Amino acid sequence: MTMLQVQNASKNFGSLVAVQNVSLLVQPGELRAIIGPNGAGKTTFFNLISGYLAPSAGTIVFDGQDVTRVPAHRRVGLGMARTFQVTEIFPELTVRENVLSAAEVAAGQRLRMWSARADAERADRVVSEMLALVGLASKANRLVGELSHGDQRATEIAMALALRPKLLLLDEPTAGMGDQETYEITGLIRRLHRDNKFTIVLIEHDMRVVFHLADRITVLDQGRLLAEGTPGEIAASAAVQAAYLGEAA
Amino acid sequence: MSSTATVTAAAQQPAPRRWLPLAAVWLALITTPVWFPLLGGYTALAGSVLVFGLAAMGLNLLLGFTGVLSFGHAAYFGLGAYGAGLTLKYVAPSTPLAILAGTLLGGLAGTLFGMLIVRRRGVYFAMCTIAFGQIFYYIAYKWNDFTGGFDGLRGFHREPIGLGALSLDITDGTRFYYFTLLIFTGAVALMGLLLRSPFGRTLRAIRENERRARFLGIPIERHIWLSFSISCFFTALAGTLYALLNNFADPLALHYSLSGFFVIMAVLGGMRSFWGPLLGAAVFVVLRDFLSSWTVNNWMAFLGAVFMLSVLFFPRGMLGMLKRRGVE
Repeated sequence: MTMLQVQNASKNFGSLVAVQNVSLLVQPGELRAIIGPNGAGKTTFFNLISGYLAPSAGTIVFDGQDVTRVPAHRRVGLGMARTFQVTEIFPELTVRENVLSAAEVAAGQRLRMWSARADAERADRVVSEMLALVGLASKANRLVGELSHGDQRATEIAMALALRPKLLLLDEPTAGMGDQETYEITGLIRRLHRDNKFTIVLIEHDMRVVFHLADRITVLDQGRLLAEGTPGEIAASAAVQAAYLGEAA
Repeated sequence: MSSTATVTAAAQQPAPRRWLPLAAVWLALITTPVWFPLLGGYTALAGSVLVFGLAAMGLNLLLGFTGVLSFGHAAYFGLGAYGAGLTLKYVAPSTPLAILAGTLLGGLAGTLFGMLIVRRRGVYFAMCTIAFGQIFYYIAYKWNDFTGGFDGLRGFHREPIGLGALSLDITDGTRFYYFTLLIFTGAVALMGLLLRSPFGRTLRAIRENERRARFLGIPIERHIWLSFSISCFFTALAGTLYALLNNFADPLALHYSLSGFFVIMAVLGGMRSFWGPLLGAAVFVVLRDFLSSWTVNNWMAFLGAVFMLSVLFFPRGMLGMLKRRGVE
């Protein structure tokens, strides 16, 4: 079964058309990168998938269920987790508390007004597992606001993983990072994809990262679908080169 | 450093150091009728500290732990007070019934009203809470026959509590202080458990980052509504104790200026810490009592100055400051 099927999605803000007739098919276990020049509508498209924005037209089917009109927080419950271009975390809570919040929601305890020891221990185990996975176990009790950019991003990814998602949406996971941090986050995403079999859709600016990681690449330009294919096909595409380098190229 | 950080820091400390501050708070509260008069206080004033402390802690569930500002909590405090007073006067001379009725009246009013405004944010939310609060102020103010109008509601007093064959007499001041302390303890324990639960963690998550919380799958509006509602129940409970303490309910218990005082108490004491609002209420209530015996009309100017200095030099409140010292 297809994991994610977006059909002819469009979004306009008044007269501005941000996304126009974009379709996307993502298979289970796939790592798909969405690229495009600035203003291509990548983040808007991402917001349509995750439910932060409602599409003006088109449908979105996730794991066999039409989620076009399903609000963001319920899509999370269906197995869709995302991170943001600007890291969104709880700065004045510790790394552990950040991930714990996610683990408890995933365990369906968001309305539980008491704490039970068995559940707390189970949630703790999930948190420890996720922190080990992203390499933050030694920093579990630090305030997230005090950590480096790369560690904050890793925390955000751990939070998304603690939701036990079927589909992981990463919006520019290496944005604003130096070479070393980019290398570490890329390695982490690679492990999640290859070893843990996560289905991942990511937006990325850094072409080294994209061509290193992606199974398939979707290129957007001015809100439209420009090209789709394997990294090799995309690298050879004249249309993609034109969009990135200008019409003359 | 925030209260949550210090909580975590405290969790790593050996047990005696963690329990020491808590033990000190309770020892001070239990022995208040002994030492407070020696400092020139009186028992009813100590009772006021507990009552306003509970109200401010109730507000702080919303303000400090959910990150949502209400400038209208006096409405629920006052509804609690009038609910208790009217029950004693018109329905039945039963203290427990009065407490129950007042708490339900204030809490349910908050629950209904909260449903209407949870989609508003920031200053719009605060404005709505003020406006709604003032409705009840004017009802109490105008409805002379029923509420006593501007003079307040009189003609009721707290009744001894019958426990089967036994009867607990709480008409005496010191006994009522301990009765208040008992209810305060129960309420605060409930609040503490709530904040440590998964639900409590979702509230702090909303305070820290609403967008992230939404994408963890937390229905933000519903949780803010619940937080508002629970907070109103605690504040209304405090309001019932206020009416019982004074055997009197006045429209000023509903006035938005009191809502502002609750906010000041929470901020003064430290809204990111659990006990901060109690400390803030203690300083506020005692200082007001002292200042108004000294200068009848100008106490607010002095308290305002204290508040401004506190915000300038201890932006995290007095307890926030102390904890920071302790951590560093």
